[in-house]
Amino acid sequence: MFVVVLLLWQGLTTAFDVQTFLLPKPTDIAHSFWDNKSLLWHNGLYTLKEAVGGFALGSGLGILVALLLARFRVVGAAFMPFAIAANAVPIIAFAPITNNWFGLLNPFSKMAIAAVLCFFPTMVNTLRGLTSVHPSSIELMRSYGGGETATFRYVRIPSSLPFMFTGLKIAAVLSMIGAIVGEYFGGPTNALGVSILNDTQVFDFPRAWAGIVLASVFGICFYGVVALAEHYTTSWHPSSRSFGGE
Amino acid sequence: MSVGSTSSAVSVRGVSKTFRTGTTALAGIDLEVEPGEFVSLIGPSGCGKSTLLRIVGDLVGPSSGQVFVNGKPAHRARLDHDYGIVFQDSVLYDWRTVAKNVSLPLEMLGWSRAQRKARVEEMLDLVELRGFESSRPWQLSGGMQQRVSIARALSFDPSLLLMDEPFGALDEMTRERLNLELLRIWEKAGSTVIFVTHSIPEAVFLSTRVVVMSARPGRVAEIVTVDLPRPRGVATREDARFFELVTAVREALAAGHAPSQTLATGEVF
Amino acid sequence: MRGMRERRGVSGPLRRVATFLAVPVTLILLWEGYKWLWETAGWTWPFPVNDTTMPHLYSIVEAFWQPTTTGGPPLIHPLLHAAWFTAKEAIAGFVLGGIVGFVLAVLLAHFRLLERGLLPFVVGSQTVPILAIAPMVVVGLGSKGVQGWQSVAILAAWLTFFPVAINTLRGLKSPDPRAIELMESYAASQWSVLWRLRVPASLPFIFTALRISATASVIGAIIGETPASIQDGLGGAIVNFNQYYSLEPTFLWATNVVCAALGLVFVALVVVAERVVVRRAPEHFA
Repeated sequence: MFVVVLLLWQGLTTAFDVQTFLLPKPTDIAHSFWDNKSLLWHNGLYTLKEAVGGFALGSGLGILVALLLARFRVVGAAFMPFAIAANAVPIIAFAPITNNWFGLLNPFSKMAIAAVLCFFPTMVNTLRGLTSVHPSSIELMRSYGGGETATFRYVRIPSSLPFMFTGLKIAAVLSMIGAIVGEYFGGPTNALGVSILNDTQVFDFPRAWAGIVLASVFGICFYGVVALAEHYTTSWHPSSRSFGGE
Repeated sequence: MSVGSTSSAVSVRGVSKTFRTGTTALAGIDLEVEPGEFVSLIGPSGCGKSTLLRIVGDLVGPSSGQVFVNGKPAHRARLDHDYGIVFQDSVLYDWRTVAKNVSLPLEMLGWSRAQRKARVEEMLDLVELRGFESSRPWQLSGGMQQRVSIARALSFDPSLLLMDEPFGALDEMTRERLNLELLRIWEKAGSTVIFVTHSIPEAVFLSTRVVVMSARPGRVAEIVTVDLPRPRGVATREDARFFELVTAVREALAAGHAPSQTLATGEVF
Repeated sequence: MRGMRERRGVSGPLRRVATFLAVPVTLILLWEGYKWLWETAGWTWPFPVNDTTMPHLYSIVEAFWQPTTTGGPPLIHPLLHAAWFTAKEAIAGFVLGGIVGFVLAVLLAHFRLLERGLLPFVVGSQTVPILAIAPMVVVGLGSKGVQGWQSVAILAAWLTFFPVAINTLRGLKSPDPRAIELMESYAASQWSVLWRLRVPASLPFIFTALRISATASVIGAIIGETPASIQDGLGGAIVNFNQYYSLEPTFLWATNVVCAALGLVFVALVVVAERVVVRRAPEHFA
């Protein structure tokens, strides 16, 4: 399928002589990539580090907060509407502020944005998993004389893993996008987002697209790593073993 | 008030339960269950039988009255792991193998790995599921899952077994087969059983006594003693006496639909 | 369960209001508390705290009434104009994307062949990080003479069409097969089945997607404006006030507040629309 897309793209852009500004031919992009591969690769790794760092920070915090909110339900109930509302806020718009906090050239300013983007999906999904427990399960734990701690340890936490991974997969994708878009607001020249933006502004579209392609590839790989981890830890879940699950 | 007679396994005294929503589920239940008995609770929907079971298990608190299990208050009995419980849903955990599901309460009780392994094998033998230790719950049929649930409930040797319509989700044939199995397990384990069901034949087939409850608010309408000889088997279901008892329970149920019903213990025939 | 006592009468709703207010009050206290503590202790990790990096919350609120240029109107005026500009782009894109997504889903639901062929493309279109190519799209189209706001609207449309298409498709296919058989037993036409059964069934799904898309459109619009230096919208305001951050930090913060408010307003509108159309409470998490 993907190959067909590529061929179509090549064919159409050549046939209709589409201006290279918007959609350069795949061959042009490939050439540009090859010519600049070491530069692009280094820039890409720099941005990837920001993304992974933000992911670790944001998702880690998200999981922690979810555990707290599941344990102290009253707090959770109060916070929920605000968490949902926070999803509607364009967090990316805070990039200039983090730049001012940590410095434009400091990777942490982009990491912070990625972290905030990762926090919410992870937190919301993990919380949902921690609280979607069959009531009979809770009664079972109580019949063993177990309290909240036992219920958490033996029931809530294991059963929340599939939900947590759903959130982590979303966060993986968002972290890369967050890092790149954060860099559009300013950053060091060895960052992929900055170089893509610069290329765009000097109309070097093939190289800009090459950068985008690399970013996408990194994003997909990151997602893949998380998905792999998911597979190894939650192969017991119905969604992993049914045919054609979503 | 004496601290519960030492001879009863379960002693329910004057238990009533009104929920916060205002519904009165139970209105004055008195019941004594002797050790080793198999007692069924049967009644129309909403009569509170599941609630009563949960009150015995200290999973729900009574609005009034007291419950003693093995001479202790129900709360204490729960913390001392005096009973095992089986629900209609087998509540097995997909992330654990069958063996690990059965050993869950043992883990919580702090048993060593060797002890757990030995006991799990014993239990799986009891429910005739040897060989399925490494299987996962979803690989088993509904009936097999319930057997695992029973194995888990008995794994730590509780003197009391509470069962809330455990076979309700299974088809008739599997149900009858599991009834036989349950009797066999019960005789081997020697525990006291309180069994909630909707099925009259099941109640009569399994029990020493059948407690018939009235419609909401639940009261004990009648207690039918089942004097069928043991061990009971397939032939028992075709016994004339079996049919008589089933009819007796059915009539007691019908009578129990009347709003006011005085407590009537007593044998039928 | 334990700990949740019920109160009746006046204390009930009062309690709810109190719980609701507790969160923002806590956040305000946290902010000012953090600021006070870090400034007093002189800590500089993770970042130095002073009136520039973390203005007092009331200063941010005050900023709305400050003029941006000497003798000019208070900040809130240009910000509201910018918000409206961005909102128009977002709405245009949202509506366009929503319609395209819906039509596409209807087509895919009815023509199996199309679904098999197009669905991978539709899904694949989302692996491209749209926000990341935003500058390219805007600059590129701009050099071709497409007006800035139009490219931004297209961006918003792209971000909207996918969730709407996927969710609508799921919704259109959701009715119980038996309900469909019933319609067919009435010799209902495909068109009738579509409008009487499938579309109403898909409304909850569509609104879930619209809620996501509402946010996405706003984000897309802001991001689209920024690198292309479209001055009139919120993105432009961000770039602008960013340059003057050291002089007047509160303006940038105020702009962010307006951005957040815009996102919230959009989602709120969708939620209200959902309540009106579907006449039941929208889904909640947890």
